[in-house]
Amino acid sequence: MMNRREFCKKTMIAVGGLVLPLAAFEVFDPSTLRAEKEGRGKTRWAFLVDTRKCVGCGFCVKACKVENEVPYDANVTRTWVERYVTTTDGKTYIDSPKGGRDGFTTMKIDQNLEGMHEIKAEEISRAFFVPKLCNQCDNPPCVQVCPVGATYQTEDGVVLVDRTWCIGCGYCIMGCPYSVRFFHPVYHVAEKCNFCYHRISKGMKTACVDACPFEARRIGNLKDPDDPVTKIIMTERVNVLKEEFGTKPQVFYLGLSKEVK
Amino acid sequence: MKNHVLRPVFVVIAVVVGIVFTRTLLVPGDFGVYERGYMYGWHRKSNEEEWKTVRVKYKTSKACPECHEDKYNAIKDSPHAMISCENCHGPSYDHPKDPLGLSIDRRRDLCVRCHSYLPYKTSGRGDIPGINPETHYPQAECVMCHIPHNPKPMNQKPEVKS
Amino acid sequence: MVHGEAWTLKEFFVYPNEYIYWSIQIVMYPFMTGLVAGAFVLSSLYHVFGVKQLKDIARFSLVFSLALLPVAMMPLLLHLQQPQRGINVMMTPHFTSAIAAFGIVFTTYGMIVASEIWFVYRRFIVESVLELRAKDGRSPVESLRLLVYSVISMGAMDISEAALHKDERAVGILAGIGIPVACFLHGYAGFIFGSVKANALWMTPLMPVIFICSAVVSGIALCIATYIVTMEIRKLIFAWRSKNDPDLPSTEELKSAEIHVVTMTAKYLVMFMILAITLEMLDLIFRGYTAVKSWDIVRKVIYEKDFTKIFILQYGLGNVVPFILLLMPRLTIRRALLATLLVLMGVFMMRWNVVIGGQAFSASFAGFMEYKLPLWPDSLETFKEGLMGALTVIVTPFVLFYLVTRILPVFGVKDSH
Repeated sequence: MMNRREFCKKTMIAVGGLVLPLAAFEVFDPSTLRAEKEGRGKTRWAFLVDTRKCVGCGFCVKACKVENEVPYDANVTRTWVERYVTTTDGKTYIDSPKGGRDGFTTMKIDQNLEGMHEIKAEEISRAFFVPKLCNQCDNPPCVQVCPVGATYQTEDGVVLVDRTWCIGCGYCIMGCPYSVRFFHPVYHVAEKCNFCYHRISKGMKTACVDACPFEARRIGNLKDPDDPVTKIIMTERVNVLKEEFGTKPQVFYLGLSKEVK
Repeated sequence: MKNHVLRPVFVVIAVVVGIVFTRTLLVPGDFGVYERGYMYGWHRKSNEEEWKTVRVKYKTSKACPECHEDKYNAIKDSPHAMISCENCHGPSYDHPKDPLGLSIDRRRDLCVRCHSYLPYKTSGRGDIPGINPETHYPQAECVMCHIPHNPKPMNQKPEVKS
Repeated sequence: MVHGEAWTLKEFFVYPNEYIYWSIQIVMYPFMTGLVAGAFVLSSLYHVFGVKQLKDIARFSLVFSLALLPVAMMPLLLHLQQPQRGINVMMTPHFTSAIAAFGIVFTTYGMIVASEIWFVYRRFIVESVLELRAKDGRSPVESLRLLVYSVISMGAMDISEAALHKDERAVGILAGIGIPVACFLHGYAGFIFGSVKANALWMTPLMPVIFICSAVVSGIALCIATYIVTMEIRKLIFAWRSKNDPDLPSTEELKSAEIHVVTMTAKYLVMFMILAITLEMLDLIFRGYTAVKSWDIVRKVIYEKDFTKIFILQYGLGNVVPFILLLMPRLTIRRALLATLLVLMGVFMMRWNVVIGGQAFSASFAGFMEYKLPLWPDSLETFKEGLMGALTVIVTPFVLFYLVTRILPVFGVKDSH
């Protein structure tokens, strides 16, 4: 004879037993887990920056902010331009006021709390500009550390953020060695450069590439051997940023100097 | 089942079933492991399409000469031909439908981005003709004297030359 | 305003998107989980290893660990930009992230603590139910109590000798499982930081171990401190009541029991402190000796920018002074209280120096960031990630502890164990 309590218990066990295998192990389904690392697609986006050509006009930063709806006056940006000035005594001064959005119009170097540092023309031994953006790494540490699967890499190599799923913990921001991520001031979720995914997927170039008058920025497809950018990456002496982190960045630099951080 | 020791276990099972049930309700159907595997490709697939549908603001200079042939001819042989129209005229969105006309940024700030002289011989900046914005007619707008579509010194506006 | 801008001061070159994104609440998070884990380990010392001297403080710290449990989650919810989506961690966990384990580990741990408390208190719960049932003309409060006790008894009314023996065994097993889970709960909080390769100060495999040791230290210290305070209050109450009721324990009896418990527990505190300091020193020496690329900037942070916070507050006042206070002969209650409070401050500073210190320099190694703790909130953000938010997190466990002890008193109970 089964009393009510036992009936309840048995029902609970039965329901639990039925539901568990159906849903709980979905995550661990081996067939979906066994997704190959090398994508089969025909595209792998990569970027080429020629630091010798950059003049620090900042049109790329301006265009990026408008194109990707990052509030214009907010002190965060998907792409930015850094200025490096090395003096004859071997010191290096770096700045990127407003991410270089308004260009570099003065000789003074912005040292934040330390104020502006003036360097005389005759003291300069080396000076140049370095545009920065997301490296769309082959081993993106930001994606690895996302606890909920809100950021991910597409088959063509671009790292995107799902604005409806991001919990805003900031772990990806901490995990990026290049500090390209930030919290979007309007949506309050992680935000980053995505190579203007809405443009490149339509056959266009990124907003920053189109805005650059000097062809210091170029985007290409690594899987297309005839792509001019791919040809340069394959044949010329290119470098990447912070290789020691093992992130395999896919933004390649021409004319990179040792002091570039 | 007379062993009371197992009672907390039932609570535990109930909690687990509750979580699993909530999961089936809350998680979108297309959430799963995609091309880049569980480590890099664990996401909601439809989000990729959402990113692709973001509105394009900068439409490039490709379509400009169709209507503005005169402007195109004016600039095409000048060093400023390398600058995208939208850098000074603003993003075109769906111009000429929306907005009908584009604004023109005539501020000095725009010109000094390149033409504020910086003695950086090791970068392209050092080769661009430049001025010191603090001493070079600080009150005036550059376009009062210079023609942006054809900026060579001999092309300065006639009233300036005199 | 951009998140982080309100409290970040930049010096020299810092990347445009760099701010102190992990602020006071992320300092509170490992501090609070550390207290939970530490309190639980302390109670397990009695339940598993049979350290009889700790019997009195064992039940106390177990209940305290339950009160602290929801509070370990609070700083995270206050920190998240989208707290309403926090549940996503359980919905679509991405286990390559250290944070993804949080939901599962935390739930498991919570259930272990709750079950253990259930077994420890089962006899008390059942007796309360029987007593209240037998009573005629229950007041509304008593009816409510009866309802609560009936629900948490889960219908297990058997308090025969055999049943109680089973409870005792269950407590032993749960406490046994609980120790590794508690260590995991906190060790993985250390892993969250230790595995961030982008951060030169955080990335070390020692981080989880250092976190566990300092967790146990802070947990024990908090239990001793709270125990002392609670006992002092009890003494006052008894002194006032014993005027009418001579049967109650006298102040002297309570005092001798108290100092005995405190001395015993303090020994374990010192033991874990030695372990924690050894590991932290090893980490520091190793960094200086290997002097990799990041050492230049890390050294400036440790020896210049954060010198007071690290060497005066954390190591000096938080480690050396309490160490001396606890090891000097003839430990007194007052000295123990001072020492444990200093230890708590020291562990808090250690969390601060790890979390904030790790963000005190730019990833470019060419500049510094300083955290200016928002004192008076002028927006929800500066409340959540400011002094007021932190104080809310600190006060909550004591409020919860008070509420829990209304139902499950920690003193003068005949337990199953």
